[in-house]
Amino acid sequence: MSAVQAVAQPAAVKRRSTFRIRPAKWLLNIVVILIAAFWLMPTIGLAIISLRPEALFQQSGWWTVLTAPSQLTLQNYQTLFSQGLVSGGLLDSLLTSAEITVPSTLLVTIISSLTAYSIAFGRWRGRTLCFFIIIGLMVVPVQVALIPVVQLYRAFGSVTGFNPFGTVIGVIIFHVAFGLPFGIFLMNNFYSGLPRELLEAARIDGAGEWSLFSRIVLPLGLPAAASLAIFQFIWVWNDLLVALVFLGASKHFPLTIFLFDQIRTLAANYWIISTGGMVSILVPLIVFFSFQRYFVRGVLAGAVK
Amino acid sequence: MASVTFDHVVKRYTADLTVVKDFNVEIKDKEFMVLVGPSGCGKSTALRMLAGLEEISEGEIRIGDRVINDIAAKDRDIAMVFQSYALYPHMSVYDNMAFPLQMQGLKKPDIDKRVRNASQILGLENFLERKPRALSGGQRQRVALGRAIVRSPKVFLLDEPLSNLDAKLRGQTRIQLQKLHRDLQTTFIYVTHDQVEAMTMGDRIAIMNAGILQQVGTPGDIYDHPANLFVASFIGSPTMNFVPATIQDGTAKAAGFAVKLPKPVGAAKGTLGFRPEAVTDRVTDGGPSMEMAVDVVERLGSDQFLYGQVGGDPVTARVDPRLSVQPGDKVRLGLETHALHFFDSESELALL
Repeated sequence: MSAVQAVAQPAAVKRRSTFRIRPAKWLLNIVVILIAAFWLMPTIGLAIISLRPEALFQQSGWWTVLTAPSQLTLQNYQTLFSQGLVSGGLLDSLLTSAEITVPSTLLVTIISSLTAYSIAFGRWRGRTLCFFIIIGLMVVPVQVALIPVVQLYRAFGSVTGFNPFGTVIGVIIFHVAFGLPFGIFLMNNFYSGLPRELLEAARIDGAGEWSLFSRIVLPLGLPAAASLAIFQFIWVWNDLLVALVFLGASKHFPLTIFLFDQIRTLAANYWIISTGGMVSILVPLIVFFSFQRYFVRGVLAGAVK
Repeated sequence: MASVTFDHVVKRYTADLTVVKDFNVEIKDKEFMVLVGPSGCGKSTALRMLAGLEEISEGEIRIGDRVINDIAAKDRDIAMVFQSYALYPHMSVYDNMAFPLQMQGLKKPDIDKRVRNASQILGLENFLERKPRALSGGQRQRVALGRAIVRSPKVFLLDEPLSNLDAKLRGQTRIQLQKLHRDLQTTFIYVTHDQVEAMTMGDRIAIMNAGILQQVGTPGDIYDHPANLFVASFIGSPTMNFVPATIQDGTAKAAGFAVKLPKPVGAAKGTLGFRPEAVTDRVTDGGPSMEMAVDVVERLGSDQFLYGQVGGDPVTARVDPRLSVQPGDKVRLGLETHALHFFDSESELALL
């Protein structure tokens, strides 16, 4: 019976395969390249616009650069950067963005690591409940908290004399608060995956809690911490809403507001938008490529135990 | 003095889950003690309580004269080798071995001397810069041993360290461990489920089952005089033969044969036990004999084992390897009476 079936099978399979389309590898590659190009089109366009003189923008589309590459010039960049650190300028906004993003990222990464360590390896009652409450906070949308936090800041100001509203510190606090639930979740997932015997061996070797954390858990958790840093950095760097609410009326504001402001004026300065936009893209790109190795590992952190 | 004493030690997880029940054993200084038993018998839990990785529900554990119940793991002056080695993956072999000494606060020259000494003992000099992922299983195990040795502890704890090695490596490492014990002159407490490891390595063996200590003794003691049915069945490969028998006038009568017991036992019926090597193909005149219907023949080169039925009871016999037997044959075998065991049918204690 089985011998007959075995003979019958190959014939059937052969027939089926001639009907199925088996695309050649080169065809697949072309399709993939086309999709990639399509996806990158707006960004490429933006990059080229930033490299063309302002006047040309009204006259012709950016794709004409393909036939007339001599259009390209760094003039836009030079103009914006030569302004220097004038308040409201490109450089100043770049600096403010960095002022907000770097501390936020560092704080979230460090605090998340410490908290996740306590939740993953600590032995105290209420640990799990605490964890679930923190995770539950991830559900809260940023928009919902904006007004209450403004009021909170004001109340804080009336009590202590320092109102964080309108300051970079106020924005940092807000970003850290919203970054922590996801950060703790990510780090806890990763730490839970570490073999328990590793820590037991370290405890027997004489490691106290701090040594355990700094010399064993943290170095092993570096991939997760790096990818958390990437997530957090990009999220805070690209944030417009929170910055607008807290720093909208300030003299110094981040790049996102700088670009947004350009759009609000009647005659949009597309050369500024495109140039500023490219600068704004560049920094996260550098961060991403520096930490790229850890990113893939981090995305899967906790997905496969 | 690095003797270890378990004094009425109990480990209870919940009201109805007691994993170690009234565990009492005294391990002498410099002894190689093996805790052996099937999976889930509580041997690893007992070891972990000694190590400080589990809370002790009841009882006391002493190292020397010091009660260590409430002392932290790192202050107990013990070192542990885990089944999975638990090496620090981000550190080199050198750093792995140096870590416990750094935690103790030793100075760099001292650390270096001790690490190099240990790596010399274990043959790791050429691997000091490698990370664990670049090592084979046997090498990783040696690093785990090295990490324990550098601490010069009072007691070495080993939790099934050979389980993850292949059979050949296991044999080699067994010998190395015994040599190491001799050289270090320190108390070794070794947990395993493998009775061969227990028999070959231990100065004494402690057998556990379902949380209860069954018997403590030298390998020879336990092999020749098992205290109960469980110990008799656990130690020895192939397993001892167990045949239900009734006693009449000092003679044990089984389904397929009868044998006169060397001394009286107080029961009328129970289980007769005899090891495969007590069954012989040389039948003495007037001596006890049995006829076996052979089912399976195992030839190991140095031994030959016959698996078959005697009067309906399954029996294993170890016979001369040159004897020619085929499955289906009926062979007449004799029984040596100096190594008989008899177990009570309820308590399963040895009566003989």
